Amino acid sequence: MIIIIDMPKRLVIKDIEKCVGCGLCMFACSRRHGEIGNDYSGILPVSLSGFERGATVIFCRACKEPPCAQVCPTNALTPRKGGGVVYREDLCIGCKNCMEACTIGAIFERRNGKPALCIHCGYCANYCPHGVLGFEEVEA
Amino acid sequence: MKVLKIDLSKYRYEVEDRKDLFEEWIGGTGVAVQLLKEEMDLRADPLSEENVIVFAIGPFTSAYPLASKTVAMFKSPLTGNLGESHAGGRTATAIANAGYGAIVIKGKSKKPIYIVVHNDKVYFRDARVIWNIADSLIVGRIIAERESGRGIRTVMRIGGAGNKLVRYACVTTETYRHFGRLGLGAVFGSKNLKGLVVIGRGSRKIPDRHKYKEVYEKILKLALESDAMKKYHLLGTAVNVNPLNQLKALPTKNLKATRFEKAEEISGEALAEHNLGRRVACSHCPIACIHIAALRIPYETEPYFYKTIMISYDYELIYALGSMLGIGSRDGLLKLIHKVEVYGLDAMSTGVCLAWATEALERGLITEKETIVKLSFGDVDAYLKAIDYIVKQPNEFYRVLAQGVEKASEVYGGKEFALAFGKNEMPGYHVGYATHIGYLIGLRHSHLDNAGYSLDQKLKEIPKPQEIVDRLVKEEEWRQVLSSLVVCFFARGVYKPEIVAEAFEALGYETSPEELKMKGEKIYREKLRLKIKMGFDPDSLRLPKRIFETECFHGKLKEEYVKEALRYWKERYVLPLV
Ligand code: SF4
Ligand code: SF4
Ligand code: SF4
Ligand code: SF4
Repeated sequence: MIIIIDMPKRLVIKDIEKCVGCGLCMFACSRRHGEIGNDYSGILPVSLSGFERGATVIFCRACKEPPCAQVCPTNALTPRKGGGVVYREDLCIGCKNCMEACTIGAIFERRNGKPALCIHCGYCANYCPHGVLGFEEVEA
Repeated sequence: MKVLKIDLSKYRYEVEDRKDLFEEWIGGTGVAVQLLKEEMDLRADPLSEENVIVFAIGPFTSAYPLASKTVAMFKSPLTGNLGESHAGGRTATAIANAGYGAIVIKGKSKKPIYIVVHNDKVYFRDARVIWNIADSLIVGRIIAERESGRGIRTVMRIGGAGNKLVRYACVTTETYRHFGRLGLGAVFGSKNLKGLVVIGRGSRKIPDRHKYKEVYEKILKLALESDAMKKYHLLGTAVNVNPLNQLKALPTKNLKATRFEKAEEISGEALAEHNLGRRVACSHCPIACIHIAALRIPYETEPYFYKTIMISYDYELIYALGSMLGIGSRDGLLKLIHKVEVYGLDAMSTGVCLAWATEALERGLITEKETIVKLSFGDVDAYLKAIDYIVKQPNEFYRVLAQGVEKASEVYGGKEFALAFGKNEMPGYHVGYATHIGYLIGLRHSHLDNAGYSLDQKLKEIPKPQEIVDRLVKEEEWRQVLSSLVVCFFARGVYKPEIVAEAFEALGYETSPEELKMKGEKIYREKLRLKIKMGFDPDSLRLPKRIFETECFHGKLKEEYVKEALRYWKERYVLPLV
C-alpha cells in the first residue's frame, strides 16, 4: 500500500486534559484502512498508570527531523512535508528499528510485525467527542 | 468467531472456531449460556474446581460505538444458581481485538496465578507474591507495570474480598468497572486466579465500507445528539437520587423509609458541584459516563499534608452505601465507596448486608459481640470498620455475613427485613409492583434484567399482575438481544431493533427486527432452562415482608398481588420448560 499525503497539515492536541480514554480515535484510524479493530491504528489511548489519574493519547509528533526515518534501512519511512513521515509498506521489512528510534513510542507493532503509525491524515480528529484532537496547517 | 478455552488445572489452552455458536446465539449472553451448558457440570459447587467461567463479547464489539460490555457467566456462590454479570472498561474490545468471541476458564490452579492472553498466546504467571494484596487498585497497578500492552489491554483482577471468598466479591477491570454482581470475584479466588489480562491488537476487514460508514455515523450521531443518552451525559446515573427520593422510591435505612432527609447532600447534582474531578469512558464509548470524584483527605497526624483519592460513583453505590445506611455526608459516602472499591466487593450487596446487620443489632437479634463495632445508621466510621471485618472475617458472624444477607438472616433471624431477591441483595429502587416482581422473576434478579423500576414510573394505574409480568418478560427478552450484542444498556435508546438490523447488514449478515426479537425470546428461554437445570425453583423465591410495609411510589404494596404475579410467571413461563 502506498500512502502519500503531502498536505502540510498535522494532527495536533487541543487539550490533552480532556481525554477520557475512549479510543474512538484509535478505532477511526483502523477504520480508515477498511478494518474493524486496532491493528492499523497509529494512535493509542492509554491511562496514566491507571484511570484514577486520567487518560491520554500517544501518536506521532510530526518531527521535522524524524529519527524513525533515519534508522529505516529500506526507505520505507521518509520525511514528510510538514513533519513526520511517509510510510511505504511495500518497502518495509519489519525490522522494528523505527519503533525503537521513536523517543515517544509512537510507532506500534502490527500483527504482521510491521509498523502502524500516524501519517497525519486528520481522520480521527473528526471522531474525538471531547475536543482533544485537531487537524491544523503547519509550516512546511 | 473463536473461543479460547483455558484449563487452569493443566495449564493448557486451546482455540476453537465456533462460528456456529455466534451465528445462532449472536454473542454475549446468548453464547455464554450455550458454552456454560457445554462445559460445565451444572450441579457443581460454585466454589469448586468444577465451576466454569465464560466471558463473551458480541459481533458489534470494536465495530460500533457502545458495544462495550463483556458478559461473564458462571455459577454464583451467592445464590447457588446461574451467575451473570456485565462489565465495561476495556475488556470487550481487548478480547475482540485479540481475536476471540469468548474465553472459557475451567479448573483450578494449584498455586496462585494470573493469566495473560496476548493475541493468540496464553501465559500463566506466578501470582504468589501478589496473592495477598487486598487492594485491587494496587494489584492492578503492579500487573499493569509488569505486563506489556498498554492502551490495548484489560486488567481484570480481584482484591481481598475475592481472596477471602466473600460470596459477593467482584472482579474489577480498569480500576472503576466491575463484574459486580453475584460473586465472580469469589469464583476467581476459589480457582487461585488473581487476575486476567487480555492484550488485543488486531482487526478484521470491513465487508461493505460504504454501508458500514453510514451506519456507524448514524449510531454515533444518535448517541451524541439525541435525548437517548442525555441522562448519562451530564450527571451520570447519580442523576436518579433526587427524583427517586421525591417519588418515595429511594430505599433508606434498610428500607424503613423511602425518603432520605439528606438525599440532596449525596445527589448527583451535589456530587458534581463539589467533588466531580474527572470523567472517563469505556472503550469505544463517546459518552464517558464514568464520573470520578476527587476526595481530599488530611493526614491524621501531620498538618498540611493531604492525600487526594479519585473515587468513581454511580447511583447504585450512592443508594447502597449512602441512603440505605443513612449516610448523608458526601465525604463519608465517598470513603465507603472507596473502601468497597479497594477490597473488590459488590457495593450493593455490601450495603444491604450492613443495613440488615444494623437493624438486627437495633432489634437485639445480634449484639456487639457479633458485630464487634456498634453499627448505627449514619455512622461512617463504624461501617468502614465493618467492611474490613466482612473481608477479614474475624468471627463467626462476619463469616456468615460474607455469605450474603439471605444466609445471615437464616442464621440470625430478621428475614422480614433481609432485602434479597432470589438471594441477591436488592438494587436501589422501591418504586412499585413491577420493581419487585422484576427483581424476583429477572433471571439475574437484577433491576437491569427488565427495568421494572422504570415501568412503575410509567404506569398510569396498576394493571393486572399478569400484564406486569408479560411486559417485564417482553423487556427482558429484548434485553437478551442487547446483552448478546453486548451493547451497553444505557444505549438501549440508540440500539432499537431497526438500527440493530441495519448494523448487522453492514457487517454482512442478513437479519430483521422480527428475527432479532425471536432470538431474544429464544435466549430468554435457554437461560431460564439453564437456571432450572442449576436447581432454580420459583416456589423458593422469598418475599421480604419489609417491601410490603414501607410505602413506595405506588403506596403500600399488597403481598397477594406479587404472589399472583409469581404464580402466573411460573405457569406461563417456567413450567413449559421443565
Ligand atoms: S514516529 Fe516518532 S520519531 Fe517518527 S516522526 Fe513521529 S514522533 Fe518523530
Ligand atoms: S520496521 Fe519497516 S519502516 Fe520501520 S525501520 Fe524497519 S523497515 Fe523501516
Ligand atoms: S491522523 Fe490519521 S493516521 Fe494519524 S492517528 Fe488520526 S486517523 Fe490515524
Ligand atoms: S477520541 Fe479523543 S477523548 Fe477519546 S481517546 Fe481519542 S483523544 Fe481521547
